[in-house]
Formats: sequence, structure tokens, C-alpha cells
Amino acid sequence: MTTQLGRWEHFYHQADVGVRGIGPTLDAAFEQVALALTAVVTDPALVRPTQAVVIECEASRVSLLLVNWLNRLIYEMATRRMLFSRFEVHVSPPDLGGALSLYARAWGETVDPERHQPAVEVKGATYSELEVTQNPEGLWVVQCVVDV
Amino acid sequence: MDTTRLIQKSEFEWWLEATPPMRVPGILYASEALLREMDDKVLEQMANVASLPGIVQAVYAMPDAHWGYGFPIGGVAAFREDDGVVSAGGVGFDISCGVRTLHTGLTVEDLAPLKEDLAQGLFRHVPAGVGSIGKIHLEPAEMDAMLQGGAEWAVKRGYGRREDLERIEEHGRMEGARPELVSEQAKRRQADEMGTLGSGNHYLEVQQVTEVFDAAVAEAFGVAVGDVLVSIHSGSRGLGHQVATDYGRRMIEAAHKYGLELADLELACAPIQSEEGQAYLGAMRAAINCALANRQILTHLAREAFAYLLPRADLRLIYDVSHNTAKLETHLVNGQPQRLYVHRKGATRALGPGHPDLPDAFKAVGQPVLIGGTMGTASYILVGTPESEARSFSSSCHGAGRAMSRHQALKQWRGKELVRELGRQGIIVRSPSPRGVAEEAPGAYKDVTAVVDAAHAAGLSRKVARLEPLICIKG
Repeated sequence: MTTQLGRWEHFYHQADVGVRGIGPTLDAAFEQVALALTAVVTDPALVRPTQAVVIECEASRVSLLLVNWLNRLIYEMATRRMLFSRFEVHVSPPDLGGALSLYARAWGETVDPERHQPAVEVKGATYSELEVTQNPEGLWVVQCVVDV
Repeated sequence: MDTTRLIQKSEFEWWLEATPPMRVPGILYASEALLREMDDKVLEQMANVASLPGIVQAVYAMPDAHWGYGFPIGGVAAFREDDGVVSAGGVGFDISCGVRTLHTGLTVEDLAPLKEDLAQGLFRHVPAGVGSIGKIHLEPAEMDAMLQGGAEWAVKRGYGRREDLERIEEHGRMEGARPELVSEQAKRRQADEMGTLGSGNHYLEVQQVTEVFDAAVAEAFGVAVGDVLVSIHSGSRGLGHQVATDYGRRMIEAAHKYGLELADLELACAPIQSEEGQAYLGAMRAAINCALANRQILTHLAREAFAYLLPRADLRLIYDVSHNTAKLETHLVNGQPQRLYVHRKGATRALGPGHPDLPDAFKAVGQPVLIGGTMGTASYILVGTPESEARSFSSSCHGAGRAMSRHQALKQWRGKELVRELGRQGIIVRSPSPRGVAEEAPGAYKDVTAVVDAAHAAGLSRKVARLEPLICIKG
């Protein structure tokens, strides 16, 4: 699974949490940053990937696409009361209108307070510390701060 | 924070000079010790805000300020009505998040025998934490009525009393709300979240008054040492968060369209007089009403829990304040009254005595300023001062403000141990999430007393009473 490629981490923010995904492809980095998002709420290993949700979004720039992707996930988490632990992301190059599009599937389950011990809900992904770059090893690094 | 960049004007007032592109200076109100703990990013963000068009007088940072996104949290900035801007980032994600405090009519002696039962009763009755839902489901027409009516809507539906409305900013209902400009997604996020506390630093706390600093004002507010109070800290829940997300995105496009140069995308804003600026204000006011309605329903739930165990209790609202808003207010600028859009992000309005917007009961003394604690530490009631008008457009601090990241806190504390430790100190904590409790450990916050003392000494608001927690229901 592409979700096994790369890694995620949190980075320092005094009040909120920075989420970062690192992967050999942009798709993999977007998958990893989604795991970092789940990890703000609970340990992703506790979330069973039993139910799939399709997410689509677009944006004029790849950095804005990252924020839209995380915000769509936050919306699905809030309205379905779900947590997600497995992701498959496909980012398509700009179409004729110049927009990048994202098609993804996210697998997870309904929040179980006993088992997941969810710490905090995420209110939204912000443009703070927003970056989409390739590091010297050629890995994609995508990040931003999420408001909790 | 590197204080060498600042000019010290007095013990609690520090200036960041207006160097281009800043249009006005930045003014920080804090002790030197609090400033040293502040992130350097606060200065960077103040300079960015001070560069926005239409800003007047200065951008201010309250003693609890910390690094936000775009605007610092604990930041206050006012923009002219005609050529100024409004910024979704300048209000924040939890629109109208705030605190209300109620008097229970009980003393600590009355509560003592039933404290444990009350903690359990409140925990069972008030939905808290991630994924929790309320008993109220709002269909579209009712959602719009709520967004138009705020706490007044809630009272009409039986959640509270008519007299509560007098003790809420805007009398419980923000004028100018435009529910039709709130997205379907935002409404869907809220459909089952009315009367839920939320998570993170949101709480419902039963507190005792342990000290009174100003007897005359305390009497006007109706509080005395030994009294039992209830404080509720919550906001506009999913709807407010989604409004911030929707309009943050829209304002990036608007800023580009109107040629506004942004040092940071989170500073995204639109001219107040533009279609986008007006649309945001209409949606934000609807989200303010959502927060006011939500705190009103939470109050009703607290009253029910008390009534079951302590029928003698009579929960009377002292006051309800919001922290994250942009409001049209009249202030003196260079001696002339001007209509301004005052952004308070993580800051409390602190009207001084005589202000026409105050309830009659507070006209002589000023507005109650309610400062939230941290589960294990004190909360405070302060009062607006006549000087705060000139100092900070009548604004004060809002809480302790985080000093440590969630990650650091999680490394340092274990939730269950913390609950036991607080229990030994006589504070009963109930939360669905031990991890959440660890992340919210009192030690992860600044010293609230130092913050309040700085606000008091700087003349932003004056201390009235100190409250200590007895029971804390955490989200």
C-alpha cells in the first residue's frame, strides 16, 4: 500500500499542533500528513480501517490543495464522527482551468471514546507554516498547523 | 521573546515601533517575565497586522498573548469602517468562543456532601469530548432560526430564562446575522452539536470564590467569599469552525482580487465594504449567535443537573463574554469618536463604567471580565476600567494562554495520575479522555495569576474576585 510509504510527524506550535507528511511521492506525503492529523486526536494504530469514505477536492495551488484536503478530512471526521487510519490519495495535474484535483479514499471507523481515548477535536487546517517542498533526498514534505 | 526590539514605556507597557510597512505601532501589555516567555512570532505577527490597511492607533497584545496564525492569540486590532479590512484569521476558528459564569446561590458548605454526586451528574448530563452529540437535532429552518436568534432563540425554546439575556453581550442576540451566508457544510457540522461542550480547553467548572479584591464591585456582581459559582467555557462548535474555514479560503481570493499584499496567508482579509467582507461579517455574526445559543443550552443542562441533586440551587447568570469576535464599535481615536471594526482574537471586551451597552446592574462599576483557569488553577473575575478604552479599545486578556505544546505536555503527564493528583487537592475532574486531560495539564499553561496581575497593573481591567475549581468537566 502506498500508505506504508514515508512517515509522518508533528512539529512544534505553542498552542496548536503542526502536522507534517513525508513521502517519495506527493500522493504518499498527502497520505502521511493525514495520518499525522489522526494522531492529533488519537493513536492511528487504534483505528480500524473498516469503512471507506471518498473525498474529492481541488485548488489552484498544491499548498492550497493540502489545506483543502485536510479540511475535507476534518469535515468528514466531524460530521460522520469517524476517525481514519488508512488513506489512498491521487493528486492530478492541473486541468485546462488550471486547477489541481485530488481524489482520495479514507478508511476508518466511528469514534469509540473508550477505545480511542480521543484527546481533542481538530477545528480546521490553517495556512500557518504551510509548506509543500521536496527535500535534498528528493522526498516530498508537506505541512501546516491545525487548530485544536 | 527578544525584548531588545521593544521600547519599554512603563513596567507593563512595551512598544514595537512602527517601521514600514507597519502603519501603526504594536503595543504589548505584560510584565517582563511574561514577555520573555512569549514566542518571537508574536512580534512578527503584530508587525504583519499593523501593516494592514485601515488599521488605527495600534495593534495590541494582551498579557496572555501567544503565537496564533496570522494574528496573535491575545491580539486586538481595530479597522476604520470605510477603508479598513476584516479578517477571518483575526477572529479565529472558534468564533465567539467565550466564558459565562453563574452564581448557584449555594456556599461550599451546602455543596460539600454532594460534591462527588454532582460531578458525576454533570458529567453524565453535559455531552463533552470528541464525537459527542447533543439531544437536540436542528432541521434547516430551525438551524436558521437559531443562527438568527442566538441565546434568545434558546430561551424561547425553553433553554433558560428571559432574565439571562440581559447578562449576555448583545443581550444574547447578535444583530446582522446572515444564516443564508453560512454554508451547508457548516450547518451540517452543527446539526447534532447544539448543547455540546467540545474538547481541548473547553470545560464546565464548579468553583468557589476564595478571595475578593474589590468589595464594592464584587457586591455589584453578587459574589462573596465562599460562594459556589459555575463557569462554562465553550464556543460556536463545528459551525463556527467551518465558517472560519470557508471564509478563510474565500478571503485569500478576495485579498488577491483587491490587491492586498499578505505577509502570511492566514492574514487573508477583505475590505469591510466589499461583498466578501460583508458576507463574512454576516456569517460570523450567525456563528456568534450559535456560540451564544450553545452556552445557553449548556447552562440549561447544568441547571437540570443541579436541580436533580440540589433543588435549593438557583443558577443565576452573572455574565457571558466572548473572546473571538470582530464587532462594530465606537471608540475615541485622537479625541474623535470613530466607528471601528474591533477584532479581538483571544481577548475579552472590557467596557468601563457608564458604557451604554452595559446591563443596568453594571452601569456604575463596569463590565465583568471573566478569565478562565486551567482545571487545577484559579479563575478570576475582573472589571473593565475607564482607562481600557484608550489603552486597548476596551479589551483585556482572556485566560492563561498555553506555555507548552500538547506534545510536551503528553510527555510530562499521565491523565489518570493527574486526575488523582487533582483529586487529592479537592478538585474532581471528569473527562472522557485521560489523554485529553494530560494535554490540558494545568502546568502546560502560563501562570494565570501573573497574567491577571499584569492586566490589572496595566489598567486593562481590575481584579474583583479569585475563584478556585471544585469540579471540572473536561471535553
